[in-house]
Amino acid sequence: MTTADLNVALPFIIVAAWACILLVIDLFIPADRKGLTALLAVAGMGFASIPVLLRFEESNRAFNGMIVQDGFSSFLQLLLLGVGVISVALAYDYLQRRKIVKGEYYTLLLFSVSGMVLMAQAGDLIIVFLALELLSVPLYVLSGFAAKSNPESEEAAMKYFLLGAFASGFIVYGIALVYGATGTTEIEAIHNVLISGVSNLGLLTVGAVLILVGLGFKVAVVPFHMWTPDVYDGAPSSVTALMSVGAKAGGFAALLRLFLAGFPEIAANLAPILVGVAALTLIWGNIAAIAQQNIKRMMAYSSISHAGYIFMMLPAIVDSDIAPDAISAALFYLFVYAVSNLGAWGVILALERADGGGLSIDDYAGLGERNPGLALAMALFMLSLIGVPPTAGFIGKFFLFRVVLDANMIGLALVGVITSLISAYYYLRVVVVMYMRSGDPQVRSERWLNATLWLTALGTFLLGIFPGPLLNLASRTGLFGLVP
Amino acid sequence: MNGAATRDLFALAPLIIAFPIMGLVINLFIGRRLSERWVGTIASAAVGLSFVTALLQFAALQNTPDGIRVMVADWISIGTLNISWALKIDSLSVAMSLMVAGVSTLIHIYAIGYMHEDVRLQGDPGRFTRFFIYFNLFVAAMMILITADNYLMMFVGWEGVGLCSYLLIGFWYEKGKDGIGNAIAGKKAFITNRIGDFGFLIAMFLIFWTFGSLQFDEVFQSAEGAGTTVLTLITLFLLLGVTGKSAQIPLFVWLPDAMAGPTPVSALIHAATMVTAGIYLIVRSSVLFALAPATSNLVALIGAVTALLAASIAVAQFDIKRVLAYSTISQLGFMVAAVGLGAYVAGIFHLIAHAFFKALLFLSSGSVIQGVERGLHDSGQTNHETFDPQDMRNMGGLRSRMKITFWVYLIGGLALAGIPPLAGFFSKDEILADASENSTLIYILLTLAAILTAFYIGRQIFMVFFGEPKSEAAAHAKENPPIMTVPLLALAVLAAFGGILNLPTLQSLSKWLQLTLEQVQHTEFNVLVALLSFVFALAGLAVAWRVYGSQRDAADPMRRFLGPLFDLWENKYRVDEFYDWLFIKRYKALAFTLAEIVDWRFLHDWVHDTLLARTFQRSTRWLAEGFDLQVIDGAANNLARLIQGIASRLRTLQTGYVRNYALSIFFGLLILMSYILIQFSS
Repeated sequence: MTTADLNVALPFIIVAAWACILLVIDLFIPADRKGLTALLAVAGMGFASIPVLLRFEESNRAFNGMIVQDGFSSFLQLLLLGVGVISVALAYDYLQRRKIVKGEYYTLLLFSVSGMVLMAQAGDLIIVFLALELLSVPLYVLSGFAAKSNPESEEAAMKYFLLGAFASGFIVYGIALVYGATGTTEIEAIHNVLISGVSNLGLLTVGAVLILVGLGFKVAVVPFHMWTPDVYDGAPSSVTALMSVGAKAGGFAALLRLFLAGFPEIAANLAPILVGVAALTLIWGNIAAIAQQNIKRMMAYSSISHAGYIFMMLPAIVDSDIAPDAISAALFYLFVYAVSNLGAWGVILALERADGGGLSIDDYAGLGERNPGLALAMALFMLSLIGVPPTAGFIGKFFLFRVVLDANMIGLALVGVITSLISAYYYLRVVVVMYMRSGDPQVRSERWLNATLWLTALGTFLLGIFPGPLLNLASRTGLFGLVP
Repeated sequence: MNGAATRDLFALAPLIIAFPIMGLVINLFIGRRLSERWVGTIASAAVGLSFVTALLQFAALQNTPDGIRVMVADWISIGTLNISWALKIDSLSVAMSLMVAGVSTLIHIYAIGYMHEDVRLQGDPGRFTRFFIYFNLFVAAMMILITADNYLMMFVGWEGVGLCSYLLIGFWYEKGKDGIGNAIAGKKAFITNRIGDFGFLIAMFLIFWTFGSLQFDEVFQSAEGAGTTVLTLITLFLLLGVTGKSAQIPLFVWLPDAMAGPTPVSALIHAATMVTAGIYLIVRSSVLFALAPATSNLVALIGAVTALLAASIAVAQFDIKRVLAYSTISQLGFMVAAVGLGAYVAGIFHLIAHAFFKALLFLSSGSVIQGVERGLHDSGQTNHETFDPQDMRNMGGLRSRMKITFWVYLIGGLALAGIPPLAGFFSKDEILADASENSTLIYILLTLAAILTAFYIGRQIFMVFFGEPKSEAAAHAKENPPIMTVPLLALAVLAAFGGILNLPTLQSLSKWLQLTLEQVQHTEFNVLVALLSFVFALAGLAVAWRVYGSQRDAADPMRRFLGPLFDLWENKYRVDEFYDWLFIKRYKALAFTLAEIVDWRFLHDWVHDTLLARTFQRSTRWLAEGFDLQVIDGAANNLARLIQGIASRLRTLQTGYVRNYALSIFFGLLILMSYILIQFSS
């Protein structure tokens, strides 16, 4: 372990260490001043972003390849740290309203973010597992953060923990099989073994599928998604917002890196499975969302379907010509999904009442009249999630579908387009209810929440009109030396 | 002067255009806060500096007689079309800019005094600044036209001066007959000029099509290689442009109406400078016209006929400015005839001399009009609405009341009549000498025009300045302040001695222009022609004196002599009415047909309402009721019902039991594994 190694892992180290320190500091912060803890948590993530920004496009290996750093990880880390900051901003007022203000919330959030940040840099299956647990375990706890007043929160935490542990088991088993087949857990080394000829390809394939199942659980693709609606619904909304973006981004970071850098040849063999999972996720997620009356459950299925859109990139990266485009399309989509989705969750948080009500779609009636600004923002997020121009979501979907078509997966592209069409049904229903039905929604207006809404709405709109800079950034991620 | 200094001087050439633009920009932005004196001074100084720059170019040309091309900027570059804004500085353009800038400066100074009165008489002093902005803009556009190095740039200036002309004719746009007369006059000038501009444009397209370039040098170099037919076409279309801008048959009708503008405008734009742009265009394109003899003959004929026709109309006009307007058309006819005969130097010479004496005459007439108006005011009469201060029948006896104006008017008039040794004598004589050598017909027409010229200007002078005052206003008329009379005196000097420019045997202008024009022919001074024209001029003046010298009442004695002919002349040969009948009525009828019958009844009523709308309605009804409701909506509704059904079915899978969820994960894994199994076993 050298200073250089530590230097490469600096973003993770800062967040994790800051979380530990904050845990102690928080003890000395009085209960009515927990805003300070929130601010300190934000500061910690801000510090962590400095080394990321400084060496954005550098490629480094540390700890014998356990931890790697490249444009891909930098992009994701920036995104994840941003998501972390916004999650704090969303939570600050919400916790007070729900009367669950505790300093630990922010430290747990920091720990989870540290796991996500580490996941982006994981160069070894062991680190993948470690990061996965690090990001998951605090989320289990956070899901149950409202357990005292709300039994559903407890139920959600329990379900999430049990199923998460179940899924982790698959991953560990998969890692063991991969190690058995190749004699290494380092992702690049696995690839080297694979191209020089592996003795037991079947073992490796089964291992890969087991890892796929475990990570598929994390990103919530069908049929490993069942936990999602229940957990998203039961967990405090501010946690769900983090979960729906951060955990997904972390899971996809591992999936993309593993399948592109680790065993692309296996991925080629598994292509029909990957296509099938993507298609099934799109269909199931989008159709099931239609039947939901609760907006949090609807957003849960929505997050499943968006996982499906990003998952379409997995079979595409098999073709090494398309892989760079697929990676940048996935990164870009993750970014715009994060912006629009966090914005939508912001609106949900603004309407959620202290007693936990205000979550039915019908509660949105009359919002267009009572609070035109908020309604407009929500309409913008919904349109972006459908993928209507000129919003960011349109650009994101456009590039995803282009990659899918480039990879000659016309059937999958068709499924994607048709399910996008179906998704308009439930997203637009929110818009219709907001504008065309009269009602008296109670809206919470708070500084940090409003700032977040402004930021995300502006981002959703501007990225739809000027996607150039971000696209450029996403396409320069130079994936760990494999993709130039 | 060494070469480097010469180049430095040439580099200043763009300032000829830049100074007037600066002047107008200053007045545009801060003119409202400045006093009239400052506004006028800035505008006059801008043009004066432009004149100084032109003088410097003149000096520089002494060293580099071939002239030079001064690049200003690249303008258009598309495919093979490369047009840059470059200034062509040669003896022709410098001669023109000296004349334009010089005369403009004097008229600008005069206008300070004139407009001071005018804006008060018309009741809107705020327009003083606007007037000078337009005036500066005009000078800038005129300079762009003159210094252009290609046809397109020239066209820019050509359109620019046309715009300024329009703006200034309609300067008092809410005045005139029925409160709209001036605006209509401006519109008429603009539209008539558009017809000419259309000719210019077509000519430009043809030039580019034939030569692949619009730059003068390139076009003229390859002109010999082009066919006679296309050259004739090009020159004919250019001629159409000329007849518009220089008010020749058939497009001359706008110029008399243009007198609606303030008098300095008439002097500067509609006498001295803009209307000569057509002659300048022909002289500039002399290479093309020389190669198209048919067009040249037509040019000469048009010029000569216009000269005679306009002179005859001038005989029977009573409005002091209208007489001068027809005189201008007539004199432009002389110039056009000259350039048509190939006597380019004579044309330019007369152009310059005419600029001097006609500007003088117009400005003096303005002085007369304001003198009479002031007299009207002083006499205490209140018939401002009905009294026409421009009608010569209301004047008379102004000789003793406006002494300076009388003397300068006399000089201008005699110069116009062609009395030696005034400028007009030499320049007109040169044209007549050329005509006598080339074409008897043209010579006769022009000589007749010259006699009439002497007669009508004599008639005007005697009606206005001699005899007894025929109205109270004329009796109380007073001389104008020095700011107006000093420019008049300066112009009078120019009108008197302008002939020096190209005295017989000295031929200084010929030699100067020869540097640019290749086809300059030397016309020897023809004593017989000169003597004859002098005698004719004297005769014309004498007849005028006999008829009008001691006239007491307002009735015109010539009406008795000439009878219906006088009526015809007074009514301008009814050309306006003829055009109205031939073109405007037809045009309106066509417009009515198109609007009422073709557009409304056919297109709207039948095609649209009957054919399209009804069919459309029927088919939409079928689509809506027969197809959309049943097929499309049916399909969509059924699909929606289906999807909702699936959705609620899927919902039942969401039992909420962890064991079921875990089972589903396991189930998923099972499917994946079985796929792998099948794949590996096969």
